Amino acid sequence: MDQVARYVYYLFALVAVASALVFVTRKSPVSAALWLVSTMFAIAGMYVLMDAQFVAAVQVLVYAGAIMVVFLFVVMLLNLGEGEASEEFRRSRTRIAAGALGLVLLAIPLTVYRGGFYSVLVPTDRPLVPSAVTGEVNVVTSVAQALFTDYLIAFEVTSLLLLASVVGAVALAKRRTPA
Amino acid sequence: MIGETLTISAVLFAIGVVGVLTRRNALILFMCVELMLNAVNLTFVALSRLHGGTLGQAFVVFVMTVAAAESAVGLAIIIAVYRHFGTVDLDRINLLRG
Repeated sequence: MDQVARYVYYLFALVAVASALVFVTRKSPVSAALWLVSTMFAIAGMYVLMDAQFVAAVQVLVYAGAIMVVFLFVVMLLNLGEGEASEEFRRSRTRIAAGALGLVLLAIPLTVYRGGFYSVLVPTDRPLVPSAVTGEVNVVTSVAQALFTDYLIAFEVTSLLLLASVVGAVALAKRRTPA
Repeated sequence: MIGETLTISAVLFAIGVVGVLTRRNALILFMCVELMLNAVNLTFVALSRLHGGTLGQAFVVFVMTVAAAESAVGLAIIIAVYRHFGTVDLDRINLLRG
């Protein structure tokens, strides 16, 4: 990975974390959603730099596109745009406890990756294996190979899940009319 | 780069957890859950890059599908809750608190 790509990578990482921080502190659901879109775009950029172009495209289409549009649609449908200013966050004792728990949750993976067993099993600072997706095999072929051969049953079950969630969403959101 | 990515994904996950615990708006809570799912996806992609394969990316596709299904059903539930209570403030939706 050359130097320019490394700088771009750090830029995306910075944008992702900064947007996520701004996202959780916004009062209005609309601006929170837009900052979350920014985080998702930055994550998509990181995917591209890690040779996951297909996942990056799906991330932009499905997450930043479809899912966030549904969120904004619900915000505007329920007319929640303003937010009830002082009541958006829990009281300060809960916030301090949540912050402490967040730090603990942050410390666990960091110790595991850096000094713990993960870096012993698979040293994360060793030179990268040459990517399997350069040259003849492209990334879509490679992902599709896994999806449509070894994980075909799981893939088909996913379509059932989507069908169930579509029916469930309509059944839940439908206005009950008196029979 | 992989180590940095794992760190960033841990940071994003922790931000999502803190958001879930501190916010009272059900919609923003759902967005925080999406952020946590994104952090996990980032870990999948980073580790699949570390091993030089693409199997982790196939799993990310599954995670995204489940996230889409979850957000559709979850938002439908929020709409139903809003119709019933007239609010999405989680501290005021306390029927089970007794």
